[in-house]
Amino acid sequence: MFDIYCPHCQEHREEEEFHASGEAHIARPLDPDNCTDKEWAEYIYFRKNPRGIHHELWVHAAGCRKFFNITRDTQTYEIKETYKVGQQPTVTE
Amino acid sequence: MQKYSGFGLFKHALSHHENWQRVWRNPTPKKQYDVIIVGGGGHGLATAYYLAKEHGITNVAVLEKGYLGGGNTARNTTIVRSNYLWDEAAHLYEHAMKLWEGLSQDLNYNVMFSQRGVLNLGHTLQDMRDIERRVNANRLNGIDGEVLDAKQVQEIVPMMDCSENARFPVMGASWQPRGGVARHDAVAWGYARAADALGVDLIQQCEVVDFVMEDGAAVGVRTRQHGTIGAGRIGCVTAGNSGVMAKLAGFELPLESHPLQALVSEPIKPILDTVVMSNHVHGYVSQSDKGDLVIGAGIDGYLGYGQRGSYSTIEHTVQAIVEMFPVFSRVRMNRQWGGIVDTCPDACPIISATPVENLFFNCGWGTGGFKATPGSGNVFAATLAKGEAHPLAKPFSMFRFHDGSLIDEHGAAGVAH
Ligand SMILES: Cc1cc2nc3c(=O)[nH]c(=O)nc-3n(C[C@H](O)[C@H](O)[C@H](O)COP(=O)(O)OP(=O)(O)OC[C@H]3O[C@@H](n4cnc5c(N)ncnc54)[C@H](O)[C@@H]3O)c2cc1C
Ligand SMILES: [Zn+2]
Repeated sequence: MFDIYCPHCQEHREEEEFHASGEAHIARPLDPDNCTDKEWAEYIYFRKNPRGIHHELWVHAAGCRKFFNITRDTQTYEIKETYKVGQQPTVTE
Repeated sequence: MQKYSGFGLFKHALSHHENWQRVWRNPTPKKQYDVIIVGGGGHGLATAYYLAKEHGITNVAVLEKGYLGGGNTARNTTIVRSNYLWDEAAHLYEHAMKLWEGLSQDLNYNVMFSQRGVLNLGHTLQDMRDIERRVNANRLNGIDGEVLDAKQVQEIVPMMDCSENARFPVMGASWQPRGGVARHDAVAWGYARAADALGVDLIQQCEVVDFVMEDGAAVGVRTRQHGTIGAGRIGCVTAGNSGVMAKLAGFELPLESHPLQALVSEPIKPILDTVVMSNHVHGYVSQSDKGDLVIGAGIDGYLGYGQRGSYSTIEHTVQAIVEMFPVFSRVRMNRQWGGIVDTCPDACPIISATPVENLFFNCGWGTGGFKATPGSGNVFAATLAKGEAHPLAKPFSMFRFHDGSLIDEHGAAGVAH
């Protein structure tokens, strides 16, 4: 059971209040009209899926309902940090 | 290879079962193979077997970082069915179903394939419409299937609450009589033994940590325990670890690895002689020959490689089972575990060439690949032997995500196992 710190509510809440929404920091192509099919596919479907440090988007679904990011180890499940959307992670390896 | 038979059993009984032949050899790897299979789960072992049996390619090694069949093959709830909605998927899974039907004889190994039927329940009008559509699609593809109403479901499963008082009353189900379960370990062991007998080297405790590249082509693998081993072609069949393997080869896959849990109860007397799955209350259950109830449901929502899952998921699973079978509410659960499933955006596998020459991947089976083990190995072996996709594997290229030809089995096929 994760004990997750919501950077918006500024408190720890139980995992069940949250919903994981996959890899974070996936930038939408800047020039969509001139994207190749391959570039679109990479944006929509292809993922890093790392064993280890992962930056991921979560939503505080049963709380403030805001999105934020978590840096988490996908092997040990240790949560390294949580931070707001628009901010950069401090833990990268 | 010593042939297993009733007579053999009798003969060995006379010497107190002390002279059975080892089930497979334990060879040291050669320096070079025609084909290397990375990953000794059911799919990898089946691939090796069909390479040797159907394509005469016996200079093959299966490299497994742990023990044979110790990944998802050992952890799954063994439901086998082929009632998928879309033609491409239906043909692939039905190909597997036909191989299942003769597998114990083919391998001379009892995989305990039991065609006890699979029910996919419907609890809403939309469920029932989807079920009717899917069963009709199945029948057009030559796959057995029937639409049942609640009364017929109750006749098949007297213990289930099919009353109108249920929180989510059962309205009906799809019924595939040829579906069922098989003994997961026996599938891995049967393929391993038969592949070994044909000359395939099964190398356990041998982790692949990198690919050896020459001019953009893979020419071998680097292993943690046995150094570098060369190969003409490489088939990577590593389930939940496939994203990590792709990264070693320098590309990404449209996969995410999630924990998927299952649990079994203490053994009880025979109470359930079929497989019941419900998408809507989200749980499924069967009873093993040993007597334990085998229970599972959905993945944990987050990415994870920890081979364990969260309590909240297991709680939801058990709630669903008790909702369907109030009579199980006081059955004690014995064991609970997790596997790492490689989920694909369209809930279909990837059987494919890759951006790296000579390197092929068979992955993305996610929560439902056990049922496909024979078919997956069969078409992947053909793909590796010829260097181009088997006709049944062709639609499952990883490049389908580039041109948009996805095979959307999400939800279309009942619970995704
Ligand atoms: C809880 C649970 C329930 C399931 N229920 C069902 C079900 O009811 N019906 C169904 O059809 N499917 C089910 N599945 C899915 C099914 O288990 C899988 O799709 C299937 O077993 C995959 O087989 P595989 O051989 O590809 O993978 P695995 O059996 O996982 O084999 C992959 C192997 O690769 C090895 N490996 C990984 N990396 C390396 C490396 N670098 N070097 C060497 N070896 C490596 C691993 O150790 C592993 O043994 C379930 C899965 C789980 C977890
Ligand atoms: Zn919050």
